[in-house]
Amino acid sequence: MGTPLLTLSGLTKAYPGVVANDDVSFDIQQGEVHALLGENGAGKSTLVKMIYGLVSPDSGKMTLNGAPFVPASPNAARAAGVAMVFQHFSLFDALSVAENVALGMDNPPPQGELATKIRTVSDAYGLPLDPHRTVGDLSAGERQRVEIIRCLLQDPKLLIMDEPTSVLTPQEVEILFKTLRKLSAEGTAILYISHKLEEIRSLCDNATILRLGKKVATCIPAQKTAAELAEMMVGTSLKPPKRAADVSSSEVALHVSGLNLPPAQAFGTSLRDITLTLHKGEVLGIGGVAGNGQDELLAALSGERLCAAEQVRLNGKPVGNLGPTARRRLGLLAAPEERLGHAAVPDMSLTENALLTGVTRQAFAKGGWINWAAAKGYAERIIHQFDVRTPGPHVAARALSGGNLQKFVIGREVLQAPHVLVVNQPTWGVDASAAAAIRQALLDLAAEGAAIVCISQDLDELMEISDRFAALNEGRLTQARPAAGLTIEEIGLMMGGAHGMEAAHV
Amino acid sequence: MDLSSINPVLLLASLMVAATPLLFAALGELIVERAGVLNLGVEGMMITGAVAGFIIAVESGSPALGFLCAAIAGALLSLLFALLTQVFLANQVASGLALTLFGLGLSALLGRDYVGIKPPSTPKLDLGMLADIPFVGRVLFTHDLMVYLALVLAIAIWFFLHRTRAGLILRAVGENHDAAHALGYKVVLIRFAAIAFGGACAGVGGAYLSLVRVPQWTEGMTAGIGWIALALVVFASWKPGRVILGAYLFGGVNVLQLNLQAAGAAIPVEYLAMSPYLVTILVLVIMSADRSRAPASLGRPFHASN
Repeated sequence: MGTPLLTLSGLTKAYPGVVANDDVSFDIQQGEVHALLGENGAGKSTLVKMIYGLVSPDSGKMTLNGAPFVPASPNAARAAGVAMVFQHFSLFDALSVAENVALGMDNPPPQGELATKIRTVSDAYGLPLDPHRTVGDLSAGERQRVEIIRCLLQDPKLLIMDEPTSVLTPQEVEILFKTLRKLSAEGTAILYISHKLEEIRSLCDNATILRLGKKVATCIPAQKTAAELAEMMVGTSLKPPKRAADVSSSEVALHVSGLNLPPAQAFGTSLRDITLTLHKGEVLGIGGVAGNGQDELLAALSGERLCAAEQVRLNGKPVGNLGPTARRRLGLLAAPEERLGHAAVPDMSLTENALLTGVTRQAFAKGGWINWAAAKGYAERIIHQFDVRTPGPHVAARALSGGNLQKFVIGREVLQAPHVLVVNQPTWGVDASAAAAIRQALLDLAAEGAAIVCISQDLDELMEISDRFAALNEGRLTQARPAAGLTIEEIGLMMGGAHGMEAAHV
Repeated sequence: MDLSSINPVLLLASLMVAATPLLFAALGELIVERAGVLNLGVEGMMITGAVAGFIIAVESGSPALGFLCAAIAGALLSLLFALLTQVFLANQVASGLALTLFGLGLSALLGRDYVGIKPPSTPKLDLGMLADIPFVGRVLFTHDLMVYLALVLAIAIWFFLHRTRAGLILRAVGENHDAAHALGYKVVLIRFAAIAFGGACAGVGGAYLSLVRVPQWTEGMTAGIGWIALALVVFASWKPGRVILGAYLFGGVNVLQLNLQAAGAAIPVEYLAMSPYLVTILVLVIMSADRSRAPASLGRPFHASN
């Protein structure tokens, strides 16, 4: 091995009140796929922002090909051969693919020439793209291609990828990995950020693990088990959620039949002929790539959108024409995906937020007067039982970190003893230990006889907690199949739109 | 009513003059909004430009210098808005409204001693032979430089937005400022420039009112044209071509209704006076029924998180 492509030594960056990176050092070789592992808040993002010139380190040095590397801006980093694919896509919806690519380049060729180049490169790497399409009309996978092509056109020496697979189907992940392996074979180094351990084990040559801003270890991920990696990441051993004995009965808790709903807003997805049956004590996992009707399904189940009374039945009672409050009263509760603005009011305190959904079932209001003491007590109970890290119930929801607020939002519904609980992305953006706690709470709730619909894009999560699995695809729901024994290929096909798979497998 | 007193040649010629202040102001605001900023202070910047241009032109005797200073005055005032909204992250709607109120008050104060004075006249452009073409020559080629400048500006803005890299970056900033920032573009700086350009255009539009269209200084003389410019940008779907159409339509109906008033039409004056606003908005609402939409970051505050 010659000189490493990129060396980091002693990088430190502090923000008021928190040290995001503390004396982090590691090397990346040419053509190496290097994983950066860590929980939320471990300092991964800050570290790559320093490499990409968005943030300058307080102390420490970087060298690129042996020469000092001090990028003052992303432009400088790009000029030095560092390119980055962002976690939240940095794309412009109203502009065309070619215009988006041009914006990420320092000296783009004229549009016509660029369009030809995009076609050539995208075909060469197996990521076909039409340069003239408007980005807003593309799927998540295609949008990511735009970002990757934008980077590839600049012949990067180092490609940084921040959680690239969170929005992809398993088949799309396979295509991406092929592209990345081809790049690495050509000598491009890749810094791959993820918390999906199996992906890292199959793709990456080396891994650097960060915990609370400090480097914990550098290892070869293929030689470690996923559990060992997780342990290094979290610092303690993680217990996988325990399942109680199967308590699901034949009693139907929720029944949806032939539900069709037009989208509530432009660019939304229509729900088409949704039929599902949920038994007491059962967890139904619903997978699918974002934007295939998840939000719409939650709205239809929670009562935010109404349908014909008979289309949704709760414990045999028709509730399709009832709004959220009436459904809550009957025991159908929901926790939507968007924490700030949908599940919780950002500027209201935790007590007020606890009151907002708890008021129907917890009797916090009598004759129009609010019993604040009871609401506060309830908020404190959530904070205590779900280990929400906050100074107290008077704190505004906005002030909580994503993971803590998520624990609060889920806890708020779980403690109301629902008959049916619908959750969307219950552990999105939550660190591993908090996610485990939330999953355990859902399983415990099911063990007590409640029925749970868990909509999620995290397939590992769904496989861990679901009794049965179904996938949403363009607003259609596949038949639910027992989760045990499903292979990743079968799941991928369910998500990709192969309906009626059952027939081929029974 | 005596319709024969309305001369179509004069009507069409004065249409172009009537549309010019609106066109300037709307084009400026178009650039501002394409950069993702909603500046409701157009009226205030216009009237500040009107009084500044008037004072300088009267004192120096040069209308050209007047227009230049009007642009500078409008830009300076808009930079106040830029400072408030881009640096101190103040609310854009409130800041824009405050800017209008401030501009109206400031101009009244500055213009106190200039009421009733005649400004030096702005020379017509000598287009020689062209002006001698019957009808068309009289309508199109007998104006001052500013009328043509407004049209050239519209074309230049279209070219800038769709054919240059700088224009692409401006649109990108208005579309998704977080992404633009992540790619290393200076969002705040670009918006400062766009806001200043918008202010300068509004200032020129105002000065065209006080130096050419009216021409004299009276308090509050913009009389809502700034607001019409704002509406025009929205209903023109942020497209320069449609802004020209809207401005000329507004100018045309305005001139026509003034002529009808003078001819003693049997329609109440109030209805005539409101007609330009109604017709312009109606036509543009119908046209904006296509799929075009506002810049996605319009009016949203931008704060680089780190």
